[in-house]
Amino acid sequence: MTIQVTVNGAPTDVADGATVAALVADRSTGHDRVAVALNGGVVPRSRWTATALAPGDRLEVLAPTAGG
Amino acid sequence: MTTTDLVPALEQEEAADPFTLGGEAFTSRLVLGTGGLPSLEVLEDVVRASGTQLVTVALRRVEAAAGSSMTEVLRRCGVRLLPNTAGCRTAREAVLTAQLSREAFETEWVKLEVIGDDRTLLPDAVELLDAAEQLVADGFTVLPYTTDDPVLGRRLADVGCAAVMPLGSPIGSGLGIRNPHAIALLREQVDVPVVLDAGIGTASDAALAMELGCDAVLLASAVTRARLPVQMALAMRQAVEGGRLARGAGRIPRRWHAEASTSMAGLPDL
Repeated sequence: MTIQVTVNGAPTDVADGATVAALVADRSTGHDRVAVALNGGVVPRSRWTATALAPGDRLEVLAPTAGG
Repeated sequence: MTTTDLVPALEQEEAADPFTLGGEAFTSRLVLGTGGLPSLEVLEDVVRASGTQLVTVALRRVEAAAGSSMTEVLRRCGVRLLPNTAGCRTAREAVLTAQLSREAFETEWVKLEVIGDDRTLLPDAVELLDAAEQLVADGFTVLPYTTDDPVLGRRLADVGCAAVMPLGSPIGSGLGIRNPHAIALLREQVDVPVVLDAGIGTASDAALAMELGCDAVLLASAVTRARLPVQMALAMRQAVEGGRLARGAGRIPRRWHAEASTSMAGLPDL
């Protein structure tokens, strides 16, 4: 069973019951200091494992880059 | 944090009037933005040549982000990171971006940018003040990028911003300081540090900012998009130091007519 969520603007199928932690592990290769927004709010790192995804969730998985 | 070696005269200036931001003392008064460099290899050389101790960074979707090698380079340089909220257009977006940056970079410092216009990238004063107030209440050390309006600068200081960072001219324009008078007025209006942010094109612009009384200069494009970024980083460092020394030394008054520097006493009758 999969559910559909939106990750960084793209519709994405994830396993039913998948957590933010699993999604980050899948997406953050080569990045450190990742931050996650879920439906317009911050998910602190300490809550990643406990936060399960629900159908229609909007996620932003972000990492450091250069900027002025 | 790395320390920056200073010439003795500058050491004295700094000892008498150190640059502190958010309770932290800095010996370098140059804040460097990292955006616009052609490659990561140049970043370390640029940071070291500039002598900076405070470097701005951003947060983007992982697909477009630089990767951990960038943060590793900056960690090796020993600089403090200052995340920005570049690209945000509302107070809500800026507050959320600052909170995400706090999570990612483990710092409560934020360079607050709330842009009101795509073409000029000028700040939206109303959203900016709103975001600043919310972030100060949330415990952030807020360093807002603002217009050169002295009244807005005072309002930002009044809500608890740790500094006020007026633009010299639009971001990346290289037009220098278009209204030196406003910058000097703003400097008079607030007790917090004033950091000239945006518009610097070349070394003389950075020196002028310091001569006008700014406490520091923040620049990115002028270095990162220069033909020789490392050389320009050094030029900016020396310009900031030169401007600071000149400000402390006291410039002569402007005169309408000449005043001879060679004494007329003892002029021979030839």
